[in-house]
Amino acid sequence: MTRYLLRRVWYMLITLFIIATFSFFLMKILPGSPLQAEDKLTEEQKEIILEKYGLNDPIPVQYAKYLGGLVKGDLGVSFKFDNTPVTTILFDRIGPSALLGFQALVIGSILGILLGLMASIFRNSPIDFSSTIIAVIGTSIPSFVFAGLLQYVFAVKLGWFPVALWGTPAHTILPTIALAIHPMATAARFTRTEMVEVLHSNYIITARAKGVAESGIILKHGLRNALIPLITVLGPMAVGLMTGSMVIEQIFAIPGIGEQFVTSVMVNDYPTIMGTTLLFAFGFIVIILIIDLLYGLIDPRIRLAGGK
Amino acid sequence: MDKNNLKNIPKDLFVPLVRKEDTSEKISAPSRTFFQDAKRTLFSNKPAVFSMILILFIIIMSIVGPWMNNYGSDEQDLKRAKMPPRVPAFENVSWLGMNGTLSGTFQGKDVQQASAKAKARFDNKEEFIDLEVINKGDGTRNSAEVKATYRIYEAKDMKDTYFWFGSDALGRDQWTRLWEGTRVSLIIAFVAALLDLVIGVSYGGISAFYGGRVDNIMQRIAEILVGIPNLVIILLMMLVLKPGIISIVIALSITGWIGMSRIVRGEVLKLKNQEFVLASRTLGTSNGTIIRKHLVPNISGIIIINTMFSVPGAIFFEAFLSFIGLGIVPPDASLGSLIDLGFDNLRLYPYMLVFPAIVISVLMIAFNIVGDGLRDAFDPKMHK
Amino acid sequence: MSKLLEVKDLKVSFNTYNGEVHAVRGVTFDLNKGETLAIVGESGSGKSVTSNAIMRLLPEPHGFIKEGQILLEGVDLAKKTSKEMQKIRGKDISMVFQDPMSSLNPTMKIGYQIMEGLMKHQNMSKTEARKTALELLTLVGIPRPDVRINQYPHQFSGGMRQRVVVAIALACNPKILIADEPTTALDVTIQAQILELMKSIQQKTDSAIIFITHDLGVVANVADRVAVMYAGKIVEIGTVDDIFYNPKHPYTWGLIGSMPTLDSSDEELFAIPGSPPNMLTPPVGDAFAPRNHFALEIDTVMEPPMFKVSDTHYAATWLLHPDAPKIEPPAAVKHRMQGFAQTGTKGGGKR
Ligand SMILES: Nc1ncnc2c1ncn2[C@@H]1O[C@H](COP(=O)(O)OP(=O)(O)OP(=O)(O)O)[C@@H](O)[C@H]1O
Ligand SMILES: [Mg+2]
Repeated sequence: MTRYLLRRVWYMLITLFIIATFSFFLMKILPGSPLQAEDKLTEEQKEIILEKYGLNDPIPVQYAKYLGGLVKGDLGVSFKFDNTPVTTILFDRIGPSALLGFQALVIGSILGILLGLMASIFRNSPIDFSSTIIAVIGTSIPSFVFAGLLQYVFAVKLGWFPVALWGTPAHTILPTIALAIHPMATAARFTRTEMVEVLHSNYIITARAKGVAESGIILKHGLRNALIPLITVLGPMAVGLMTGSMVIEQIFAIPGIGEQFVTSVMVNDYPTIMGTTLLFAFGFIVIILIIDLLYGLIDPRIRLAGGK
Repeated sequence: MDKNNLKNIPKDLFVPLVRKEDTSEKISAPSRTFFQDAKRTLFSNKPAVFSMILILFIIIMSIVGPWMNNYGSDEQDLKRAKMPPRVPAFENVSWLGMNGTLSGTFQGKDVQQASAKAKARFDNKEEFIDLEVINKGDGTRNSAEVKATYRIYEAKDMKDTYFWFGSDALGRDQWTRLWEGTRVSLIIAFVAALLDLVIGVSYGGISAFYGGRVDNIMQRIAEILVGIPNLVIILLMMLVLKPGIISIVIALSITGWIGMSRIVRGEVLKLKNQEFVLASRTLGTSNGTIIRKHLVPNISGIIIINTMFSVPGAIFFEAFLSFIGLGIVPPDASLGSLIDLGFDNLRLYPYMLVFPAIVISVLMIAFNIVGDGLRDAFDPKMHK
Repeated sequence: MSKLLEVKDLKVSFNTYNGEVHAVRGVTFDLNKGETLAIVGESGSGKSVTSNAIMRLLPEPHGFIKEGQILLEGVDLAKKTSKEMQKIRGKDISMVFQDPMSSLNPTMKIGYQIMEGLMKHQNMSKTEARKTALELLTLVGIPRPDVRINQYPHQFSGGMRQRVVVAIALACNPKILIADEPTTALDVTIQAQILELMKSIQQKTDSAIIFITHDLGVVANVADRVAVMYAGKIVEIGTVDDIFYNPKHPYTWGLIGSMPTLDSSDEELFAIPGSPPNMLTPPVGDAFAPRNHFALEIDTVMEPPMFKVSDTHYAATWLLHPDAPKIEPPAAVKHRMQGFAQTGTKGGGKR
């Protein structure tokens, strides 16, 4: 198990290194520099600024410094936003993003599992039918379309919730719903398919032959086996949430990482863009690792096989 | 059956049966090929058929739509900016919101104050504003409510002008831009899906077919690419490339093919060792023939399904990138950039968001339903 | 001997997209205390459907009992609600399935899977149930039960798993144990062990066994009586001796004739040509007629009733009608019948 973990962490570091290197050299070929905004500077002033950002060093030296900084968690200094260190910018904004993502994931998957479970129990009933429709719509329609609809109807027209911004729990409701729809639909669909398959498997018949009550069949024997594979879609779900958070935060003007990214793109603030990208990559990779480990912990077949 | 009955059976029936023809081996149903079977299943799936018709309709509209009126997609004219939708046939159907009027409810402490607000909102052109008092109010704040309808086309002296889907903030015709944008989104989606298909199938196919060292090296490379989240790669690529159709296609295709290649590799590996392929190998059939005769027919189902699902994926990513300012940028239109502009005007001119949002939603749903339908049709497990 | 189970004119159908599949079309048999009844017949003849119907484990609602009675000690199971059946399954009747690899819950400990029935039917506490489970594991011959009880199915081999399934089925001392091809998925040596196990357990517990198989060789070893099924009906039923020494139905001849024997090199196998009828549209007359070398004209007109051969032996073929021509079993079959006689049905039946 430890060996497996070490190997996984090692691979993770390699991937991060590749991404970091890739984005560093991308940054070098991109036209943006801290000078753009301050065109009317004298040569000396420019020199001072370039010196300050370390942009006068030869590229290999810059690269080494950049990597050294990364190890210490230093993502460089923003070209804009008062030259704040990128790490500080991101650190200040991680709270709202994490809260939204967490709420959406929890609410979405719980509702989705319930919906899928109901659909699989009452197969071919109106419940099943409507849950299928919800699942198709929820997986198909982009979250920003939902966000627009929610914002217009419940905030602009009905005024039940704040239109945008951040602060109170009420501010989180609409963006959470908009973000949660996709995971909910995915979970509903997945749970239904898995449940239907599991309920047809031989060990369910064995359980029935033992006289286990229907509730026990569904919850003890069925759901557990159906939900274990659901862990595998948590990864794509998390990816979807990160993608979604960029647009949702933008639409609801939430001071999170995603909104920061979009703003940075608009003003060509490359250090921040790269820092955010790296953070996203780090987030993805860590989540995938956690999911794999979780899978091993929960499924006895993998757990006891020594985590291969 | 009682004993009496048994006694009464005519004796001549107790003679050995003379068989006219051997019926026991007759095949009861005409055998259909796998593809015919799949086609039949697909076409009996009503939602899938309906979705295919919808997709076809949207494709046709994206081609002919812009020619159906005389506006160009980039004809700016600020005088006619933000005009609401107006369609000749629907002019008397106010609930559809396509009769060329703007409306809103306004509140004040009395009717007068509310009306004043309405007039201020609608360019102070009193003669073109119809007021309808909803609530007289009792003098307290915002107790009075007035519904105002503003005949903006008349006010702007454009009685004979019809913007079917309204005009945007720069006075461009939304109908024209919507269908041109749809065309751009569809082109991106189809080209990206096609590239995924070509690259993925060749990569996975070659890797599996040759096996050994080749397979090993190719899989190592794919593994590294898989480790990097595709959102990150797409975002980085979009930063480097100039925004535009080609860039989006390239960014999507850099990682998009991996899923396809894995599936194809898996299927080919599975098939490669199956008896009928081994048999024709032993008979000296060439690789090319084996690929054409055995592998292609057997894996085309799964390839078609996968491609069908990568189309909506690409549509989504185009919209996403354009929305965050990394994709198609105005004046070019795409569903994503139109939606982005729509959000800027959501409060007062929701129609700017509604139409592109509907088209993208319908497209995504329809492609997913067709994809599901194909999966059901091609999945042999489902042919019960 | 008293009748434990009486199945009377059982008809089971499935509603499918193509129409109603008449899987079981009127099956009648009974089962005495402590006896072993084997049901044989080729694939698709309705053996599993019959046993699933007795357990009321049909995939309701599309699979259903259309007609007939299943009397367990005089009480009709076909009329029980599914709640009531939960109290009977696992307690009065239990079942062992064909595929041990998939018939255990992969994410539940072996011990709990055995304890589940005990806690439900015998109101045992967890500790009591655990103790009994350990005893059961020992009974079915699993070494180191104290370790094994906390393991998961994937840590067991196929034969071991089938032992566990047997333990689960025996947990509550059922009156009837239905074994649906319990050894088909296992290799030969393991098969023999499982059969041995079931025999020895039956002697200890005195439960009746319905043993489903298409392997006649196994039947001779374990059964007291044999029912031969074809196309959803029992075509011949009798004691092991009746069926092996004196088979009357041409289909039984076919089954016996297609059994490989040690000295079968010099003689042809008497195989059954063709394939079973489509149960969507069961044929008129005798369903076996199209594949029967000895079919009579009447077979195409009327279904044969059960003719009595002896008190224990019945067969449904017109060949037994007094007016029918006298037809002897084919040589290959006769040869085998003699073989059985010499070896005394391999000692089966009269244990
Ligand atoms: N769920 C079902 N739906 C439709 N038809 C079914 C179903 N289950 C069984 N049948 C049909 O019932 C008939 C009898 O099947 P059954 O499983 O009892 O055969 P069997 O004698 O047990 O064969 P085997 O030796 O292969 O187990 C078959 O024709 C089969 O097609
Ligand atoms: Mg069976």
